[in-house]
Amino acid sequence: MPEKGYQLLSVGENCIFVKFGQNISPAIHIKVKKLADYLESHPFPGYIEFVATYTGTAVNFNPWQVKRSLAKNGQTAHAAISELLEGYIKESALLPEGEKNIVEVPVCYGGEYGPDLDIVASHNNLTPEEVIKIHSSGEYLCYMIGFCPGFPYLGGMDERIATPRKETPRLAIPARSIGIAGHQTGGYPISTPGGWQIIGRCALEMFDANAESPTLLKAGDIVHFRSISEKEYLEIRGGVE
Amino acid sequence: MSFRVLRAGMLSTLQDLGRYGYQKFGINVAGAMDQVSLRLANILVGNREGDGALEITLTGPTLEFNADALIALTGADLSPVIDGVKVKMNCPVAVKAGAVLKFGTCRKGCRCYLATAGGYEVPYVMQSKSTYLRGGFGGVQGRALKKGDLIDSGEPSAFGQQMLKMLLQKGAKSFRAAGWFIVPPHMSPRSLTQSIRITPGLQGDAFTDESMRDLVSKPFKITTSADRLGYRLEGPKITLKEPLEMISEIATCGTVQVPPDGNPIILMADHQSVAGYPKVAQVVAADISRIAQYRPGLQIRFEFVTIEEAEKFYFEQERFIENIRIAVKSKL
Repeated sequence: MPEKGYQLLSVGENCIFVKFGQNISPAIHIKVKKLADYLESHPFPGYIEFVATYTGTAVNFNPWQVKRSLAKNGQTAHAAISELLEGYIKESALLPEGEKNIVEVPVCYGGEYGPDLDIVASHNNLTPEEVIKIHSSGEYLCYMIGFCPGFPYLGGMDERIATPRKETPRLAIPARSIGIAGHQTGGYPISTPGGWQIIGRCALEMFDANAESPTLLKAGDIVHFRSISEKEYLEIRGGVE
Repeated sequence: MSFRVLRAGMLSTLQDLGRYGYQKFGINVAGAMDQVSLRLANILVGNREGDGALEITLTGPTLEFNADALIALTGADLSPVIDGVKVKMNCPVAVKAGAVLKFGTCRKGCRCYLATAGGYEVPYVMQSKSTYLRGGFGGVQGRALKKGDLIDSGEPSAFGQQMLKMLLQKGAKSFRAAGWFIVPPHMSPRSLTQSIRITPGLQGDAFTDESMRDLVSKPFKITTSADRLGYRLEGPKITLKEPLEMISEIATCGTVQVPPDGNPIILMADHQSVAGYPKVAQVVAADISRIAQYRPGLQIRFEFVTIEEAEKFYFEQERFIENIRIAVKSKL
């Protein structure tokens, strides 16, 4: 990283990636989130959207609209946005950190909902109950949403339950499955193929295309998993699987 | 006004210019693979440029119109016929109630776009009509067209109504095409042999010098794994100088990423918002529509350009579309 603490990298002529660091850390995440928030409240002509990732914030724009509104004589849209972003980065750094949004995620662990719970337990010389206790007592930071609608990339999992991915991925993991892959934990909002070790299932919808806010989790959320019984799981689902 | 699907074809989905503003929820942008053709089809029938149109892949559906309609076909030439008579592409066509539109062999390109004046009446999902197949939402119930579907269209614009009237007045058995047509440059035969222009990717420096030379000096073949998500290529292996600890980061339409097997993948319309493989290059936005018309088996070559040049190509494409918009308006 250069001294100023970020780099502006081009992802083609219509996207600039503001990179704040090289690793996964809550300190970098705060910068990413603040710039994203600032962009949303200060959209420029030609602004399309941001994408928040572990290491930086990507800014998508329409060069044609930028050229017509913001670019000075002879300046490319790309240069105009780079200049603008320098200011945005400074301004966004002054934003207060804001309230943390804590989301409780009810999970029914083990059994048919978490077929790999025993694998995670035996890999780490723990009992299944201990795995549940460790997983559900952690506090997780949602760094970003990606891969598929609503899929959270969570940080902060206890190393004691880290387990490698399955050697052969499953062809279809049921929607709302909660799993572990290496040092990460997360959940599949929709059914997709995948190699994560599945330890339970979330009782709440993680993605609803028609809802006002379409996903259960957003980048920046603090996530707590709560262990629930099958009875409670079924009650929350209300007969809908 | 509407049409009924008598036969589904291989893969026909409703698309617009994509679902923007929702990548923060992990929602894929989707949208037309060839956005130039989609925009032109809409312009030809007097719709808003970004309205929904049918994206038809290689093998077309059979559609029966149950009311008079103004349509336009752009993009791939899938040998369209109406009631057995060849129908011209890249111009407005008045179709009479009861007429049946069919497609035959693919003569050129890969994806054809069918716009109807008034657009298609499907609910907006997260502000877009685009179908995202893997997520099962958008377009027609989140899926490709199937036999028996009835697709309604909305109220045509004043241009759409007048053009339809004008063409029908000239006399039509089952359809009447306008006496003129437009020529989209990205569909020209030259477009197939011209190299794909790229700018360096986020990890461009991490690949060997030899790989970076190969990338622009040797041809790559489009494999059969080429769909709305991305095009897998085959050619010289693109290799890293040394293993790279990658953290998933931004990917956009046109990002060229390289998995450990060394075969590059060009991410296309249904790409995910973050991707974990190193990214060697980025296809310029103005060349995406050309790639969308390439079929598996075709050879492509890459050529590095600067961001300034990429932007110039972007503007040239926008000016072309703007000129078409003005020219089409003057045809009434």
